[in-house]
Amino acid sequence: MELGPHAAFIWASYAAVAIVLLALAAWLLWDGRRQRQLLEDLEARGVRRRPQR
Amino acid sequence: MTTDAATQTWTQRLANPTRFMALSGQILPWLTIAAIAVVLYGLYLTFFVAPPDYQQGETVKIMFIHVPSAWLAMMGYLMIAISSFGLLVFRHPLADVSAKSAAPIGAAFTLLALITGSLWGKPMWGTYWVWDARLTSVLILFFLYLGLMALRSSLEDETLAAKQTAVLGLAGVVILPIIKFSVDWWNTLHQPASVVKIDGPAIHSSILVPLVVNAVGFSLLFFALHMKAMRNEVLRRRVKALRMAEVEQAARGRDTSSATAG
Repeated sequence: MELGPHAAFIWASYAAVAIVLLALAAWLLWDGRRQRQLLEDLEARGVRRRPQR
Repeated sequence: MTTDAATQTWTQRLANPTRFMALSGQILPWLTIAAIAVVLYGLYLTFFVAPPDYQQGETVKIMFIHVPSAWLAMMGYLMIAISSFGLLVFRHPLADVSAKSAAPIGAAFTLLALITGSLWGKPMWGTYWVWDARLTSVLILFFLYLGLMALRSSLEDETLAAKQTAVLGLAGVVILPIIKFSVDWWNTLHQPASVVKIDGPAIHSSILVPLVVNAVGFSLLFFALHMKAMRNEVLRRRVKALRMAEVEQAARGRDTSSATAG
């Protein structure tokens, strides 16, 4: 693939998109896993939203 | 609320966070697969099919990610504005979850529009940045996103934070027409609209088709990221509610034990 005299600018653009979007996706996956873990820990300790009848 | 399911509108039915979690849990994997597939196809078209532009050569490849990023930067804000309206007017329980979740994603696409635009500007215009109306208004949009996030995180009370952020979100929507028409209202270095125009696109189909495929792919990606962020936020609020319940339980336990002791 020949991208001409400005190839560096083209690659830099695509690299920026890849880095930002992958970082965003990774953060969302990590955050989701962490919230699930916190929720499981609370439920394992027997914490309920409303007092049990 | 004990509204009969048959009399509920679909937005009311979706308003239930538990139902949202069940539904989004089923949709999200497929949405993610579709987004990745279309983005990969778009990249294939960009690098192996689309011809170089007759004036700007291969740097037109930057357009294939710059333009979708810029569109999604604006769509993300539109989503925040609609969600804010939904919160302030209809008190939709998921509206604030949607508005909060869209902010960092919209900010990311705005940043990408600015970075890719800058990297396209240097070889084509001879400069990374000019303070023309289009570039400046998009920079303001980026700061608006940051402002919304900063305002929210500065307020401890979640209900108050939701309302105040929604008001700022709605007031800020005025930036969208300014961005869109900045190239017509002012003399800008940035080119005027060439895709979304009343008399149709002014781009040859060999360039337009890959652009549209990329726009669809990145939009699907935006929706997938937003849905994931909303799911995380619903979980975060459940964690918070359970922690409050735990504190209350502990306080009640102390009260009863001190009552029996005394």
